[in-house]
Amino acid sequence: MKNFRNFIRALTAVVRKDMAAEWRSRELFTAMLVFALLVILIFNFALELDARARASITSGVLWVTFAFAGTLGLNRSMAIEKDRGCLDGLLLAPVDRSAIYFGKAISNLVFMFVVEIVVLPVYSVLYNINLVNPQLLLVIFLGSIGYVAVGTLLSTMAVQARTRDILLPILLFPLVVPVLIAAVKASGGILQDFAWEEIQGWVNLLIVYDVIFIAIAFMFFDFVVEE
Amino acid sequence: MITVKKLVKRFGPKTVLRGLDFDVEAGEFVALLGPNGAGKTTFLRILSSLSRPAMGEVRVAGYQLPNQAAAVRRRLGVVSHLPLLYGDLTAEENLRFYGRMYAVESLDERIAEVLEIVGLYPRRRDLVRTFSRGMQQRLAIGRAVLHDPEVMLFDEPHTGLDQEACNMLDGVLQEVAAKGRTVVMTSHDLARTADLASRFDVLSKGKIIDSATREQVTPNDLLAFYRGALAK
Repeated sequence: MKNFRNFIRALTAVVRKDMAAEWRSRELFTAMLVFALLVILIFNFALELDARARASITSGVLWVTFAFAGTLGLNRSMAIEKDRGCLDGLLLAPVDRSAIYFGKAISNLVFMFVVEIVVLPVYSVLYNINLVNPQLLLVIFLGSIGYVAVGTLLSTMAVQARTRDILLPILLFPLVVPVLIAAVKASGGILQDFAWEEIQGWVNLLIVYDVIFIAIAFMFFDFVVEE
Repeated sequence: MITVKKLVKRFGPKTVLRGLDFDVEAGEFVALLGPNGAGKTTFLRILSSLSRPAMGEVRVAGYQLPNQAAAVRRRLGVVSHLPLLYGDLTAEENLRFYGRMYAVESLDERIAEVLEIVGLYPRRRDLVRTFSRGMQQRLAIGRAVLHDPEVMLFDEPHTGLDQEACNMLDGVLQEVAAKGRTVVMTSHDLARTADLASRFDVLSKGKIIDSATREQVTPNDLLAFYRGALAK
């Protein structure tokens, strides 16, 4: 019980620290948001689409936007830890290191959700398509968890390399392909008004991937951060 | 307090520490001297559980590494040439964060006490990124002593500091050592080390090649002792 309390205390300390630092600098959020808005704007001008085509490609454009903006956020989030040696400071704390992983993952997830909350209405206006749909929000929620779970682990690994900026996407994208495919298929089905039974398989796949990725990260984080 | 036997550390094909033996009694202040690339930082990273040894036995405060790493970390304060502080948090917020990570009791009182020790109480609400390098290093010492550790490791704490900042840092280091803590410090600055340490060990090519106490080597003889050890 005491161990669990210590775990939660360390986890919340990391999340509160990340939120406070980001509230001051707004560095990470601004970069992610501007990048996400630019991507959807470019797609909007690049693709002249009728209403039916819009519904079918929206999910792809949406997840490409989230994935690219997410990578930017993951990279920056760990770079902040590395710049002044703070990652060592975290690892020197007498806590279960998975608490550090979950703390960073929750912070990254919050940043990603905030960007998604802003991007969705902008996208709705630009593409004239209603994205405020509880089922779609559920898929975005599940997809973002899977993306951040594996992304936080890999960004911790990549940040220790000299080529961290290019290393993260190279490591991350092949591993999150299952999450992205499931999320795109489920989101596309919802936007094209498919029956829930047709979409449910993809949603279940997302849940399974989330659980697997979280479990893997929980098991391997200690090895990833140790020299 | 610290016992190291036949420690070996490799990075790929390169062996950095080659069967290093090292013992420190409680309350000793040991200066670890040596040229660049001797393995000083690697050794301190192993003592602080940030790096895993390839072979050998390491015990800190009675606990074995890497198996009892959490127990070691609880008893350890580490200061390196990097401050390990968040620039976008205030001095107080940085200490509060680390205090939570170490489960420090009566945290507000302890933070105030530590900020007084390092002379930064008036600047407690200022962002760390507005601090000079010397102030950041003093706050880094505050962070390291916040949980009142038994053992302190300093890795080149004077790096990048000007003369005045070095003098202030030495004052804080002396205060830290005066509390009876066990201290191991790596340094290139022999003059400063001579005034602080109670024992001098020379590390070269992955091994301790010579050792002398303060009684055996006066501050004036330290350079000769160091050169002599490296020439052996």
